[in-house]
Order: sequence, then C-alpha cells, then structure tokens
Amino acid sequence: MRYTISLSLGLVVFWLLNSGYYTPLILSLGAVSIVVVVYIVHRMNVVDHESQPLDLSGKILVYYVWLIKEIILANISVVKKIWLGKGSISPTLATITASQKTDMGKVIYANSITLTPGTVTISIDADRLIVHALISENIQSLKAGEMDRRVSKLEKLC
Amino acid sequence: MMDMVIGIGSALCLLLGSFLCLSGGIGIIRFPDFYTRMHAAGVSDTLAASMILIGLMLQNPEMIVMMKLVMILLMTLFISPTASHAIAKAAMNSGLQPLLVQAETKTGDKSSHL
Repeated sequence: MRYTISLSLGLVVFWLLNSGYYTPLILSLGAVSIVVVVYIVHRMNVVDHESQPLDLSGKILVYYVWLIKEIILANISVVKKIWLGKGSISPTLATITASQKTDMGKVIYANSITLTPGTVTISIDADRLIVHALISENIQSLKAGEMDRRVSKLEKLC
Repeated sequence: MMDMVIGIGSALCLLLGSFLCLSGGIGIIRFPDFYTRMHAAGVSDTLAASMILIGLMLQNPEMIVMMKLVMILLMTLFISPTASHAIAKAAMNSGLQPLLVQAETKTGDKSSHL
C-alpha cells in the first residue's frame, strides 16, 4: 500500500512540475492519466521495494554528495589524460569483488563505478564485477574498497 | 548586482561544460580502442552535461523551467551508466578484446598489448 501511495504522489508531482497549467481541464486529465498508470503498473506487478526503494531515499543523499565529489575528481583526471594523449593511459581489465548482499546494493555499486569516468563495469556475475579502467590506478583505488564500503553501509541501513 | 553575479556564474558553467564536451569529443578521436573511447564519452555524459544544465538553470531561475532541468539532469545520471554498461557488455560478448597495458584478466583470454 505504501508503495502505491508513494508512486501516486510521485506521479502527481511529476505531472504538476511538467505541465505548468493549473486549469480544471488539464488537472483532471492529469488525474485520469495517473489513475490509468497506477492501474497498469499494478497489473504488471512491479509496485514493490525493488522499483521504489523508499527506505533508501533519505540515506542515499550523503552517499550522493560523496559520489559527486568522486565524479568531479575522476572527470579532471580523465580530461587530463585526454589532453596528454594516449601515451599517458594504461587501460586495465580487472575483476573486483563486491561485498554487497542484495541485488540493489550490487546495482548501486556497479552503476557508481560506471558513472565515474575512467571505469566501466562490463559484467556482473554473482559478486564478481569485471571492470575496465582507463588508468591502472583507478583499479587500485577500487580495490582499496572505499566505494564498496560506503555502498555496503548504505545497504545495511535499508 | 545579483543578476550580474548569476549571469557570470551561468556563463562560467556553460563555458566549462562546453570545454568538457569538447574534451570528451577529442578523447573519442584520440584514444586507441573502443573501451578507452567509452571513458572519454563518460566525461561528456557526467560533468559536462551537469555543468551545461546547471548553467541553463541559472539562466532562468523560474520554478517550472528549473525543475524540468533538474529532472533532465537526474534522468541523464541514471540512464547514461546503464547505457554505457549495456554497450560495453555487448562489445565484450561479441568478442571485442580491449587493448591492455598489462594482462590482469583472469578469463585467460589473450589480449593485445599497447
């Protein structure tokens, strides 16, 4: 039930922010659309913890701040390598072990790796991620495991 | 006075975003193989897109425009890693081997060296 309510609220906010017209006709069209969407989503049976990790929403903000800092640093390093040319890069492929238990935790970890420029998750197999990195130091810092620790902590909170 | 500060901030963000986009493009041309090029594209996906969108937000601090730009930014940040992962996995599955400096793979594949 709480997932249905949060989905409906989310859709209402989404409609209001996107339309900008607050006349009765447009608002009632919005209400009808939302009811139809909620009905379809219910029939698809995807209204659950996986599509809306509500418990995560509050706690993930601290992680996002840290991730944004990492993304900015990684961007600077990749841009530097771009201007220095191909002599400065050391492409590496490595297997990283993820310590997360849930699928959600693994997805957050793998997506964070891919979102940081310079590292891309190529595949996930149980708890082993195959990661391609532009510079071999990136693999070292991933193996040092700060990001892994932070995602695991986040996962335990929810 | 306030308008001027916002204007300058917006211009700086747009300029920085354009520079990062340009760098990403140059990286795509300069880097030697598919996987390294993807990292260059990652620059234009993340910080460059964010900088340009933040610059645009400062151009028009009206609620409705601002929220739309925030939504575009969030969508970009959720979709681009998924797309990168899908492309990389597709390349790997179709047998494209990355150029590597040292063979640290445990899959036992023979990889070409730089």
